[in-house]
Amino acid sequence: MRILNASGCLDALAAPEVARQLDGFVTKTVTPLPREGSAPPRIAETAHGMLNAIGLANPGRERFLADHLPRLRELGIPLWVSVGGFCAADYAETCSLLSGIEAIELNLSCPNVDEAADSAAEIVSACRRATELPLYAKLSAAHPDVAEVARAAAAAGADGLSLINTLRGTALGRQLHPVLARGSGGLSGPALKPVALHTVSVCHEATGLPIVGMGGIETGRDALEFAACGARDVALGTVLFADPGAPARVRAELPAACAEAGVATSDDARALAKSPETERKVPA
Amino acid sequence: MIGPKQTLRVTGTERVGPYTLLRLERGELEPGVPGQFFMLEAPGRLLPRPFSLCLAPPGELAFLVDPIGPGTEALCRLRAGNEIDVLGPLGQGYRLDVDRPLLVGGGIGIAPLPYLAEQLGGSPPVVLGFRNADYAEAAALLPGAEIVVDPVLVTELIEPGFDVFACGPEPMLHAVAALCPAAQLAWEAPMACGYGACYGCVVEIDGVLKRLCLEGPVLDAARVRARVEAVA
Repeated sequence: MRILNASGCLDALAAPEVARQLDGFVTKTVTPLPREGSAPPRIAETAHGMLNAIGLANPGRERFLADHLPRLRELGIPLWVSVGGFCAADYAETCSLLSGIEAIELNLSCPNVDEAADSAAEIVSACRRATELPLYAKLSAAHPDVAEVARAAAAAGADGLSLINTLRGTALGRQLHPVLARGSGGLSGPALKPVALHTVSVCHEATGLPIVGMGGIETGRDALEFAACGARDVALGTVLFADPGAPARVRAELPAACAEAGVATSDDARALAKSPETERKVPA
Repeated sequence: MIGPKQTLRVTGTERVGPYTLLRLERGELEPGVPGQFFMLEAPGRLLPRPFSLCLAPPGELAFLVDPIGPGTEALCRLRAGNEIDVLGPLGQGYRLDVDRPLLVGGGIGIAPLPYLAEQLGGSPPVVLGFRNADYAEAAALLPGAEIVVDPVLVTELIEPGFDVFACGPEPMLHAVAALCPAAQLAWEAPMACGYGACYGCVVEIDGVLKRLCLEGPVLDAARVRARVEAVA
C-alpha cells in the first residue's frame, strides 16, 4: 500500500520533509490558466471535519511546467500531477504536455469551481488519447450513482480511481452568515470516512480498478479499512494539517493494525469487507 | 524544517484580564524570533490553532489565549499536567535591527509584545489599546506601557520618528500602516496547518493573495494594501 497525499493538502516545495515521508506526492490541481483562488475566509472547522474553499489556486499550466515541476523533480519523490480544467480539451492538452511522472490524476470533482461541462467519461476519453501515462479519475461521492460514473471512466480508459473528493457543505458564523467568503466549501476530515469507505467499496465492485482511497484517514487502522473496502493505495489530507508527521506515523501503525485485524498485510485485507447485499440475512 | 510536532506538558495557567496565559514546558522546541507563531493542539478539536509566543521564561513557552470559540476555550480549560501537541516556531517574525522601537498593541494583539520587548532589550516604549478596563488588565504583561481604552484609539499615542512594531485587529493595523509606512505589522488569519499546506490563510500581500503562514505573520506595512471595508 502506497501512502500519498490528497491533492491540495500539501505543498511539497514549502514542506519537503513532509513530502519525503510519502510514497508519492500529488500536486495541487493544475489548470490551463493561473488562478488566484477564492477570497478569504477560505477555511472553517466543523464537527469532525473542516470546510475549504480554496478555489483551485495554482500557477497555471505554463508556469507549473516551467518552474514548479522541475523543482518538484529535485525532491526525488514519485510525482502525481492533478489536472483540472473546464472542458475535455483543457484536461487533454495538459495531459499531452506531461511526461516523466508516476501518474496523472484527473480532478473531475472539485466542489469549489463550477463543474466542467463535459462528462467524466468525455474528459477521461480525451485524456486517454493525449497520454500513455497512468490516468486516475478523481470522482465525487456526491453523484447519485458514483459506481456508474466509475464504470464510465473505466470504459473511457481510466487506469485507476481516486476516491473521494470533498463533499460540498456550508458552515454558519455567530450572526448566521456563511463563514466562508464563497458561501460553501468542500467538507473533509473524519466526518467523510464512512462515505469514502462506501464509495471505494461500490466502485471497486463496479470496476475492479486500482483505487487510491481517501477521506478522513488519520491512523493505520483507517488506512487498513480502506484496503478492506478495495483500495490499493491511500491518500492523507486533512490529517496533514494537524500532524505533519502523519505519513510516517500511519505507515508505522499499519503492521499493528493488520495484526489486530488478523491479516498479514494491507494487501491481504483488500476487499475483505463484503458489501451489505452479499451478506444480507433474512431474520428467522 | 517543519516539525516534528512535540507533546508538551502544561506547567500552569494564569488569568490575565479576560485572557489566559498558558504556560508549557519547552521540550525540544526553540522559542524562535518574536512574532513567529506556534500551532497548538486544541483539545477535542480537529485542527490546531496558531498563537504567537508571548513569553519565553527559562524552560517554558507561554501563550496568551483569548477564549473566542470552542478551540480557544478548550485551551483555556487546560490545567497543569495536561499535555498538548505543539508545532513551531513557524513563519516570519519581526526584524529587531531598529534604532527607536515603539511597540503598539490592540486587544489580544498584545500577545507577541512581551517577548518582543524582552528580545529588543532596554525597555522599549509600549502603547496599548483595549476595548475596556477589563481587557486592559492584560497590560500587566508589559509594566510601564501607556494604555488607552475605547473610544480613544491607540494610534493617537503614536508619535513620529519611531520604528513601529504593531499587532492588533485589522482596522488598527491599517491605521498604523497609514501613519507609519515603515511599520512592521503582525497579521492574523484562520490557519489549519501553519506550514503552507492548507492554503487557507491567504491575505492580499504585494497585491495578490499569498499564504500568511509563509510570508508572515509579520509583514512590512507597505506589503498589505488597505482593504476597503464594506459598509452596510
